[in-house]
Amino acid sequence: MGAADAVAAVMFAAVTLYAVFAGADFGTGLWDLLAGGAKKGAPMRRLIDKALGPVWEANHVWLIFVLVLLWSGFPRPFATIMRELAIPFWLVGLGIVLRGSGFAFRKFAPTLQAARVAGIVFAGSSLVTPFFLGTIAGAIASGRVGAGISDEVIWLSPTSILGGVLATGTCAFLAAVFLTEEAERSGNSELAEYLRTRALISGSVTGLVSLGGIAVLANDAPTLFAGLTGRGSPEIIIAAIAGSLTMVMLVQGYTRRARFAAVTAVGAVMLGWGFAQYPWILVDNVTIANGAGHPATLTALLAAAAIATVLVVPALVLLFRLVDTDQLGH
Amino acid sequence: MTETLLLAQDALLPARNQMAISLGAHIILACFGVAMPAMLFVLHQMGVKGDSDALELAKRWSKISGVLFAIGAVSGTILAFEMGLLWPGLMEQFGDVVGLAFTLEGISFFLEAIFLGIYVYGWGRLPTKTHQFLLVPMIISGMSGTFFIMSVNSWMNAPTGFEIVNGQVVNIDPWAAIFNDAVALQYLHMLFAAYMVAAFTMVSVYSVGWLRGKRDRIHRLGILVPLAFAAIVTPIQPIVGHFAGQAIADRQPIKLAAIEGLSMTESEVPIILGGFYDGTEVVNGIEVPIPGLGSFLAQNSFDAEIIGLNDVPAEDQPPVNIVRFSFQIMVGIGTGLALLVTYAGFRWFRHRNTFLDNTWMLRAFALTGVGSIVAMETGWITTEVGRQPWVVHNVLRTEDAVTNGGWVWFTLIGLTIVYIGMFTAGYGVLRSMSKRWAAGETDLESPYGPARIHELVG
Ligand code: HDD
Ligand code: HEM
Ligand code: HEM
Repeated sequence: MGAADAVAAVMFAAVTLYAVFAGADFGTGLWDLLAGGAKKGAPMRRLIDKALGPVWEANHVWLIFVLVLLWSGFPRPFATIMRELAIPFWLVGLGIVLRGSGFAFRKFAPTLQAARVAGIVFAGSSLVTPFFLGTIAGAIASGRVGAGISDEVIWLSPTSILGGVLATGTCAFLAAVFLTEEAERSGNSELAEYLRTRALISGSVTGLVSLGGIAVLANDAPTLFAGLTGRGSPEIIIAAIAGSLTMVMLVQGYTRRARFAAVTAVGAVMLGWGFAQYPWILVDNVTIANGAGHPATLTALLAAAAIATVLVVPALVLLFRLVDTDQLGH
Repeated sequence: MTETLLLAQDALLPARNQMAISLGAHIILACFGVAMPAMLFVLHQMGVKGDSDALELAKRWSKISGVLFAIGAVSGTILAFEMGLLWPGLMEQFGDVVGLAFTLEGISFFLEAIFLGIYVYGWGRLPTKTHQFLLVPMIISGMSGTFFIMSVNSWMNAPTGFEIVNGQVVNIDPWAAIFNDAVALQYLHMLFAAYMVAAFTMVSVYSVGWLRGKRDRIHRLGILVPLAFAAIVTPIQPIVGHFAGQAIADRQPIKLAAIEGLSMTESEVPIILGGFYDGTEVVNGIEVPIPGLGSFLAQNSFDAEIIGLNDVPAEDQPPVNIVRFSFQIMVGIGTGLALLVTYAGFRWFRHRNTFLDNTWMLRAFALTGVGSIVAMETGWITTEVGRQPWVVHNVLRTEDAVTNGGWVWFTLIGLTIVYIGMFTAGYGVLRSMSKRWAAGETDLESPYGPARIHELVG
């Protein structure tokens, strides 16, 4: 494995971590929207505020990290992606700005009315942002980026729409599982049961969409399909098993373990995608080796990744431990 | 080909404006992310020693920091997008030259975001000493983040760490790009600017409160602690700025010519305040009656030669008046602030107990927040507009870096509207927080919290 492959692997690991951690954050938007009026929905919104408050920014930084690794390690493919997928990127950017500020403002909003507006902005943008991120992934994975198609809507192909729907569904599912556990821990069993049902529903729907998606990929994204059924198949099988186990554990009330299984399932899908798309950085058009930047930079990036592992991982573990043991509060 | 060229021409103006707005907004928020942890550390330290007012103030400021950090982070994300969306021509050629700095900056943000999360949500739950020392990694990562982002910007002014052979960027050395010739001064100047902006803004807010009659100990601390920080960096800032100016005399003489409004290369150049550059000279300005002062400030000798704008063809010259005005505003404010803190310093040592009983000084304090922000923004305009038409000095023209997307006017308008909304809402939220503190609330209960939901929805 050369330096370019190693940088691509680090980048893909960051994509996976972003999907898992920020995915759970984004997914809370749906449950926030569906929680009902101000009074009825208050316990849910409090739970979401408590769960997200200390972690959402740290979870968000994975995206920044992916972007900088992409433009440092693969400058030309990065420019191609930004040129051809500008519109969904702007929509993601809009979503991120609205979500972050909506979340920060609603907690300290002066009036309930203002909190409602901020809350809707937060929840609505949380719901749509993963969709556009998914369309971006779909456009790259289906071989449309870098192919010289001069079309503004390559991000609305069948694979992109599938990617968007799956991303949104996965986020909702992850969030429901995480929030169920959070509600249990804070002793609100009514809310926990409500969320448990939502986790089961969103998990089943997302699972079914993925099954149906196989047909879409076979037609619309042949290279990815071949990869998923070939090199990436072990991960996909792990994902299916872990996904089913999540359901069983949820039903049986092993919520903490369900959380672990759900993370495994989503992480495995993401890694499966990575393996399936190897050795392409832009599927069918640019390989990792051809798209890579200067070797001196690649080596330096690996050093930076090592520094990041030493400095960031322990800090993140500390943050999550404190959250998990209820040592951080409003 | 002609069509794309035309489009690129079309995108240049809105793209530059969009970059200026998003950077100009982000940098204000970033200053708080960089400098608040250090001020919090001092307050927290006083609190640990038993000062409960200082601890309460630290708690409030940490909540404010949480809000500012959130919008700082999202506006920073937009910038990261814009590097690629607006300037793909820059990133595809030089992404791997400056990428290492950006990656190390990403690590700094990571640490800052993690420890901020723990700090802001750790009140009353973590042991006090542990809680206080969470600020140390934030102080360090604020400094390192500033260093790495400034290294990218200074690289644009002093590009190194690569060669261009047959139009290809080769022989890249990413470490050399980070430690370019301009980074040290630009970094120090920006770091001090960040401390000034954050400190003076706090001084302003609490001075206004004081003038309105809120004369309690919390307000006194709210003025004095940040003022102490400002008093340390403000007098050094003009010195650092002076050396930054001397460095441009060697490295970017055309930028310096724009700052001085000098069309022809001359020696014994004077300093002219105000006025307007009409294409050949500055008219209607006030000349400082020290002959050769301009030469002296730039080159340490009263008869030194200074290169004029016409040393390069017209299409390589930056817009002169914007650069000159911005520069003079920055220097004017910087000098004024340095005089003010010097006065305050003397007053502190002579009249410590009645220090705040000087209405004129407090009125001046009330203006320092806006003043330091304006100084910082005009400093950026000087640097960035003064570098035009180059995005990478003498290497890549801005018009060759810009996107050919047809959407830039839309995103410019959209971003402007969203940012106005975000800043207005943010201001409203901070105002309401301060009103609720003034009304005696300590833990700001969220509107969905049990204590408020009943009273509001009945
Ligand atoms: C509170 C903010 C503040 C204050 C009071 C000053 N500056 Fe400044 N200045 C900045 C904030 C700033 C800045 C925003 O941080 C810049 C933009 C880029 C940079 O490195 O710093 C800057 C740039 C900048 C440059 C351009 C550097 C370049 O293009 O490489 C020069 C020559 C000076 N400054 C000089 C001064 C002088 C002589 C000052 C004397 C009073 C001064 N500045 C006060
Ligand atoms: C001198 C200029 C800058 C300084 C000092 C600075 C500093 C900071 C700081 C301290 C933060 C942490 C959040 C906060 O405190 O608000 C931040 C966030 C961020 N900045 Fe800037 N910044 C600068 C310019 C830029 C530029 C030009 C870019 C992009 C190219 C950028 C990208 C980002 C990003 C992506 C974040 C979000 C990180 C996160 O998610 O926490 N910044 N910046
Ligand atoms: C954070 C404070 C900053 C402010 C307020 C600022 C301000 C500006 C302004 C006013 C422009 C427009 C110049 C013009 O069009 O004439 C600009 C352009 C630009 N700046 Fe900066 N700048 C900042 C920092 C940075 C940093 C740290 C970077 C590099 C990472 C950067 C990269 C750029 C680029 C790529 C452009 C567009 C190309 C150009 O106009 O040269 N800026 N900035």
